Amino acid sequence: MDIAQLLTIAFAAIFVSNVVLAKFLGLCPFMGVTQKIKSAVGMGAAVTFVMFLASFATFLLYRTLLVPYDLVLPLKTPMFILVIAALVQLVELFMRARMPRLYDALGIYLPLITTNCAVMGVALLNTAGASAQMQSLSLLAGLVAASWWGVCSGVGFTMAMLLMSAIRERLARADVPEPLQGVPIALICTGLMAMAFLGFTGMV
Amino acid sequence: MAETSLRKEFSKGLIAQNAIFVLVVGLCPTLAVSASLKNAVAMGMAVIAVLACANCLVSVLRRFIPAQVRIPCFIVIIGSFVTMVEIIFKGELPPEINASLGIFIPLIVVNCIILYRAESFAYKNGIVRSLLDALGAGLGFALAICLLATVREVLGSGTIWGYPWTPTSWPVRYVPAAILVQAPGAFLVLGLLMGLFKWLRRKLTT
Repeated sequence: MDIAQLLTIAFAAIFVSNVVLAKFLGLCPFMGVTQKIKSAVGMGAAVTFVMFLASFATFLLYRTLLVPYDLVLPLKTPMFILVIAALVQLVELFMRARMPRLYDALGIYLPLITTNCAVMGVALLNTAGASAQMQSLSLLAGLVAASWWGVCSGVGFTMAMLLMSAIRERLARADVPEPLQGVPIALICTGLMAMAFLGFTGMV
Repeated sequence: MAETSLRKEFSKGLIAQNAIFVLVVGLCPTLAVSASLKNAVAMGMAVIAVLACANCLVSVLRRFIPAQVRIPCFIVIIGSFVTMVEIIFKGELPPEINASLGIFIPLIVVNCIILYRAESFAYKNGIVRSLLDALGAGLGFALAICLLATVREVLGSGTIWGYPWTPTSWPVRYVPAAILVQAPGAFLVLGLLMGLFKWLRRKLTT
């Protein structure tokens, strides 16, 4: 992996195929935790961290266990979700013991991440049959690429959360027609944001 | 009395507690696979099947699952049924539908609707009620995703179920608004439909 490849992955993950705006992943926290900028950033940071660990662990298991023993079809989904759930628990325990200040800041968001489809989605995309480029890499290079893709997807998620929470703090004071208040107007704003991000299509 | 309340377990998921329009859960698959009606129907069927099976099994096992580890247990149960659906779909559906459903079939495992019904209903109720609850909630989800897909397909690609809806004899052809089948269109159409749903419900109830 040279630096140009890593930058390409970063640009692709953050802008071109942003998890929220282009891949439709992680919409529950995107709609649920973007009322305030502070909680949006907290959630984004927690997701980025778990996404990094989950991408690393699932890619490693995929290449060392599932592919050699031909278990991809029957075991991939249950194994990935269990790995992610276990990782979230581990991170929570570790943070509570060793990093109490960070735990206080991120604590309430951590359990929610287990069912955050962005984490599972990135893990699945990393190992999907379509990404032939990933499969041709050696184990080590693949691990680097997968983890880096996880980190950058998390950054893209955080950026979308940040933008959305800024918009919603303004929307709270706007005069929105009554049936559209709340989630509907947030979805429409997301649509407009997604339209802007459509401009990145084809750049990578 | 018992019969009416059983009917209520089924019907509450359709409108009053519709997963998408009212509870706003399970948005990811809704937005992602609603670009065409065929995909939406396949997704709806998958969710109904997984939801019904998972709710029944959770309900049967509810006395054996300790409360402390219930969430991991639910996830394992749901994950197994999702894998079954995945294997069946791979064998039965045409490859182009499988390709466009992509990762969203395995992602049913983290679909909030299913975990939500297991946690808030099946873990506390008997098997018949849980099955009815699952069918109602699943059907409510499927109807919502099909509605969204119909709007997007008709306006966005000018077809319905893959066939053009404007007869070839017409002098004027409908020019599809391609933005609606792309990512932004999903958000816009769902936002507007949700607003319309809220407005209609208020009109009809008052």
